Order: sequence, then structure tokens, then C-alpha cells
Amino acid sequence: MCTYVTETVPVDGSGKGPAGWFSLRHAAVYVDHPYHAPYGHTVNIDFANPDLGPAARVAVELTEQSALALVDAIHAALAAAPPGLAAAPPGPAGGQPQA
Amino acid sequence: MLIRVYDAVLAETVTITGHQDDQIEAYLARPLAPGPFGGVVVIHHMPGYDAATKEIVRRFAVGGYAAICPNLYWRDAPGASPDDAAAVVRAAGGVPEDRLLGDLAGAARYLRGLSSANGKVGVIGYCSGGRQAFLAACKLPFDAAVDCYGAFVAGTPPEGFPLKVRPLIGEADQLRCPLLGLFGAEDSTPSPEHNAELAAELTRLGKTFEFHEYPGAGHAFFAVDRPSYRPQAAVDGWRRIFDFFGRYLS
Repeated sequence: MCTYVTETVPVDGSGKGPAGWFSLRHAAVYVDHPYHAPYGHTVNIDFANPDLGPAARVAVELTEQSALALVDAIHAALAAAPPGLAAAPPGPAGGQPQA
Repeated sequence: MLIRVYDAVLAETVTITGHQDDQIEAYLARPLAPGPFGGVVVIHHMPGYDAATKEIVRRFAVGGYAAICPNLYWRDAPGASPDDAAAVVRAAGGVPEDRLLGDLAGAARYLRGLSSANGKVGVIGYCSGGRQAFLAACKLPFDAAVDCYGAFVAGTPPEGFPLKVRPLIGEADQLRCPLLGLFGAEDSTPSPEHNAELAAELTRLGKTFEFHEYPGAGHAFFAVDRPSYRPQAAVDGWRRIFDFFGRYLS
């Protein structure tokens, strides 16, 4: 089925696409048909910067188990580091997506 | 004596006039013969104006139709790869309904303007495109429509389901042409109950329609590049599509 449902969150960081590294603006997360993964449905995440065009996108299509394991791994990696180590610095642009 | 018919098709990217006279990209395939031929507008699925959809367009041309698929994502991402374009449109909330209908009307107009046209044009869509084909058959002057497992035509979404599209069954009274529905019996969107609900409403309204449900098939059983492909259902489904269009687009 097509779920028609998309969770979108602003993100601050960088991704590497076909043309090299670029600044990210948002991540879109949705459960729907994949483009490439050999499954009926997957958890799809698009890290993108619309200001730089449609190709400024890093895409992943994960099984539900893989997506949940990734969430756990992110939490584990953050828990193993000093609190705030990877936080955006305070300031006018701190924590805000960069163009 | 064996009579040889010239067996060739032409497939190419063209520019058509879509909604609000916008110039948009479309993929056209047609027999290289004088005609007259019926036309088929192919609606691409949510993953976009992709290679699999273009293959469907060419299949209709081989079968004796002029077929066209408008790139419904052209304005949002001109020249982008189909998957990138689909991501852009999804992040933006999807294709507006009036724009969709304007582009489909433009595609039908383009087909009717071909010198080989017989004036009859059908519409077909798969998955999200199946729902859009039903909508187009209610709103636009098509001569036949095929809905391949379009979700949210009938059925009431469960409470709390964050549905971003509306069911269309309330517009069934506006259905303007015969409808062929091809569904998987194992599908949940649309489920056999949804299909039965739609069939009952179309019967009540006196509409011309044929529904077929394939045992052992779920959603997207026509998709040859996906694990949902079910050859028995797809082969029979293609036979029914050509039979249906043969009756109403000749």
C-alpha cells in the first residue's frame, strides 16, 4: 500500500550525495514502497537540501528491523559519548539547518 | 498467402500542454502505422515517472495503442532522476488534485490530436495511480478506465489512521466511462471488502464495471521489478486490460 504519510524533521549536518558533500536541511521518513530494496515496504529516509535541487539527497531504504536497530545504535553511540559532545554550538545558527 | 504487417513502434519523450497551459514532459509510444488507433493515458505510480512505467507505455504501443505517460512531477523536479523527483514531491505533500487532473486532461488532448487517433482515449493507473485513474474517470471525458489496486477509492480508514488522501466512493455517481478493476485477493489496501463496497455502490448506481480479484496475489502484482510480482495474475490481468480497451477504445 501507499501510506501517503511522511514525517519530516529539520536536520543540521552534512550528507554525501552524487556530487559530493552538502549541507542538509531536512530528513523525510516514511514507510512505503522502496525504490531499490527488494521488499514490498521499507522504512525510507531521505536526507535532503531542497535549496540545492532534487539530487541533493542521501536516501536509504531499510527493513523495519534495520531501522529500529539503527535507532538503538544512534542512542547507544550518543550514550557512550560525553553529553552534548555532538550538539550544535550555541549562537545565531546553532541547532538550525544550514544552507 | 502470408501478409506481413509493418511491426514497429516509436517511443520518445515529448512536451505536452498540461494544467494551466504549463509545458510538461511526457513519454509517448505509438505504433508506426497510419491507424486509426485508440489512446491510453498511463498514470505513473508514487515512486515516479520511472523505467518500469515507461515499459508499460511501450507495451500499449506494441499492442496497438498510442500511449502517453505525463511526468506528474515535472514542475517540482525538472530533469531529476525519478526517485529524486518522487522524494521532492513527497516532501512537499504530493501532487495537488487539480494539477493532476489538468495534466491528465492535457495528455488525453495530446493523444486525440495525433493524426493516427480514432478519438477514443482510456486511462490506466497502478497503486496510487489506480486511485487517480478512478478520479480521472469521474472528472474527465475518458472512454474507459482501469484501476489496478488503487487504495482509498472505497473503505473507511481505521480511527487514528493518518490518511492524507480522501476516499473517492462518494464521487462514483460521476463515473463517466466503463471501469475495469484488477485487484489482489491478498491485498489489504484495497482489501476484498473495499472492492466489494465499491462494486455494490457501482451496481446501485447502474455503472458499467468489471472487477477481478486474483487469489495468491497482493498489492502491485503487475510490478515485474518487485517481489510482489505474481506472473499468473499479471498475465491474466494484461489479457483482460487489452480485452477491455479493445471493446471500448476501438
